[in-house]
Amino acid sequence: MSESTQIPLQPSRIAPRPLELFIAFSLISVSGFGGVLYWSRRMMVDERKWMTAEEFNEAYALCNFLPGPNIVNFSVVFGRQAGGTVGALVALLGLLGPPFLLVTLLGLLYTYYGDIAALQRVLAGVAAAAAGLTISTGLKMAGPLFRQRPGLAHVVAIAAFVAVGILRWPIYWVLGVLIPCGIASAWWMRR
Amino acid sequence: MNNEIGTLLTLAGYFALLSLFAIGGANAALPEMHRLAVEVMHWMSDREFADMYAIAQVTPGPNVIVVTLIGYHVAGLPGALVATLAMCGPTCICAFFIGHVWDRFKDAPSRTAIQAALVPISIGLIGASAAVIARAAAQSWLAAAVTVVTALVTFTVRVNPLWIFAGAALLGLGGWI
Repeated sequence: MSESTQIPLQPSRIAPRPLELFIAFSLISVSGFGGVLYWSRRMMVDERKWMTAEEFNEAYALCNFLPGPNIVNFSVVFGRQAGGTVGALVALLGLLGPPFLLVTLLGLLYTYYGDIAALQRVLAGVAAAAAGLTISTGLKMAGPLFRQRPGLAHVVAIAAFVAVGILRWPIYWVLGVLIPCGIASAWWMRR
Repeated sequence: MNNEIGTLLTLAGYFALLSLFAIGGANAALPEMHRLAVEVMHWMSDREFADMYAIAQVTPGPNVIVVTLIGYHVAGLPGALVATLAMCGPTCICAFFIGHVWDRFKDAPSRTAIQAALVPISIGLIGASAAVIARAAAQSWLAAAVTVVTALVTFTVRVNPLWIFAGAALLGLGGWI
């Protein structure tokens, strides 16, 4: 995280109604292939002007901070700001509803037709490409780390990678050790 | 019947717990999903897991929908619903309440320290996910080559991944993979 400048909290330019929230998050959801951050910024900041770029960054920082699916958290945080509990529920439903239906339909088709040889070959190709895309996402995320002086952050990242990805240890044990150690050292280094 | 309810409870408890460890998003939790679904519970084969990840990647929507597919595969529509709700519920509740106090908390030194610790962990976990998925998808030498080429191209060039998925699908259909 870079330093966050203090932005005075402004009221949203236009307060969305529940139906508008639902539609906006449905659109974000169905336009985002392999990640929806780009589309949510475009919808919230550029098109609907419901948030300034700074407000978006703040909300996104929060959602990165929380565990779990980032964009799902974002829909709840923004939905609540815009329309309370109803807003949060409506935004969440808008985000998850359409892909849920779509992917369940695909799951159904996979159950019935997954054994067809041609489909298996297509999926083998797509799966290989999807794996490649995940590798490049990981490399891009690690970019800022590569540019830093080697330090504890590198040790933590490599430890998480090796323990979970290579040794295949349960994530609970690994994070149960790494999170407290990481926080303690970050706290100590701060001074 | 009891068995079905048992499976649903397993899905619910498992994904609810896992969601709290998904630091950096749903994809960070993939290795653990693979461990449970393939190695511990034997719900699916390595190849089926790679297939589900592929289907989730080409379906528009957040990455978390791979959980919906796993749930569907294990216990049909109820499984899909239960797995999705369990993976999103706990963190949504966190988001709902923490969003409120975030303005006071965001500049606190404790937040900076926590975030400084979490960022490298999330990077390591995404790397781990990539390793697990790449291994599951490497059904042949050519499949492994497609993975490597996709990684190189998408890392260096700004290109819509859908084109690469389409190309890889054609390569597969042609029987080269």
